[in-house]
Amino acid sequence: MSDEDEIILAELNDEDLVQQMFDDLYDGLREEIEEGVNILIGRGWAPYDVLTKALVGGMTIVGADFRDGILFVPEVLLAANAMKGGMAILKPLLAETGAPRVGKMVIGTVKGDIHDIGKNLVSMMMEGAGFEVVDLGINNSVEKYLEAMETEGPDILGMSALLTTTMPYMKVVIDTMVEQGIRDDYIVLVGGAPLNEEFGKAIGADAYCRDAAVAVETAKEWVSRKHNSAKA
Amino acid sequence: MDTPSDTHLTEKGLPLAAGKGRILLIACGALAREILDLKAANRWTHLDLTCLPAKLHLYPEKITDSVRATVAKHRGQYADIFVVYADCGTGGMLQKACDEMGVRMVAGPHCYSFFEGNDSFAKTAQTEITTFYLTDFLVRQFDAFIMKPMGLDRHPELRDMYFGNYEKLVYQAQTDDPALTAKAETCAQTLGLAFERRFTGYGDLEETLKTL
Repeated sequence: MSDEDEIILAELNDEDLVQQMFDDLYDGLREEIEEGVNILIGRGWAPYDVLTKALVGGMTIVGADFRDGILFVPEVLLAANAMKGGMAILKPLLAETGAPRVGKMVIGTVKGDIHDIGKNLVSMMMEGAGFEVVDLGINNSVEKYLEAMETEGPDILGMSALLTTTMPYMKVVIDTMVEQGIRDDYIVLVGGAPLNEEFGKAIGADAYCRDAAVAVETAKEWVSRKHNSAKA
Repeated sequence: MDTPSDTHLTEKGLPLAAGKGRILLIACGALAREILDLKAANRWTHLDLTCLPAKLHLYPEKITDSVRATVAKHRGQYADIFVVYADCGTGGMLQKACDEMGVRMVAGPHCYSFFEGNDSFAKTAQTEITTFYLTDFLVRQFDAFIMKPMGLDRHPELRDMYFGNYEKLVYQAQTDDPALTAKAETCAQTLGLAFERRFTGYGDLEETLKTL
């Protein structure tokens, strides 16, 4: 690209800058995203608006194109990495300024499973959608999930697995919750490549989420349902 | 039968060269060489072979329907059909489909397991959750199955997002081939993992096909 074609982010008006950030997220350009976030904050944007309008807006396009087979995992990871750069700037600001909290989720991959790409994407998109996320990381035993639910008091438990051999462990967790009489206190969402809707139903989860965007929508829907029924 | 190139087995699979077999093996292209070797060594002329493209493993959700279609296509020609896939990331859907079609398949979660022996693998896998496995075929097709589809050829910086939780690469060797072992070691270095070679031979694959 020649110097003449180079886009100076700081020279763009807000609308064009957000559009450019969508493009930069799509292309996985972390430094440009960080710069864009700083510019918008410098112009007086609320951190929550930067998060939802620029970053989540851009990632929503990435998610839709992934689902439609236009983008593939490597491109999504690059975009996620760029968003992560923006989030790192926004997180402390969000904590200071306060932001609407939609709900709280405890999430982790199940015992025996170290594959956390999907789980990390879900965590990030949930945070972007206003959820507080407690990420337990990889290889979680039933005891670890239960302990986190007790101490954190989330609305949602999210479990992820990539392997056919580890996905049955989700049922172990849910069965233990049933035994302890706490199953209905939480919304249980499951996801991972070898899972499907049928499996989710069979193990007693509330919903199977096939990707991060579906996880966010499903979480919002179930939390809103839970709050409505609590009010009724 | 001449074995097609690994690239052909990845992209196209192996067409059926109808012989005198009464049993048709419908296999993953990643197992073509091994099965042809076993057929020749044991003179299993009662087994004919066709393979689906090995690259289906990049889209496990397509495996079940592809096997279904292949069974339907050849059902009239053979008294018996045996599916040489393990679960292979289908989440039980392939087993369910095979049960519905009345055909048998190889037991186990994936080829890493049946090459090592399903019983043995089930025990070691619990203590090896940070291990990444490659077979002979996958070492030869490392670029096609790992580097390119994961984008590591274009974006090596993604390596730790994929492999950061892994510690070791185990090369499950079906054959003794020093060049392949050297390549496997290079694969481990590329992924930033410790290396171990473990000779498995054909494991439960051979034992299973023997019973047919």
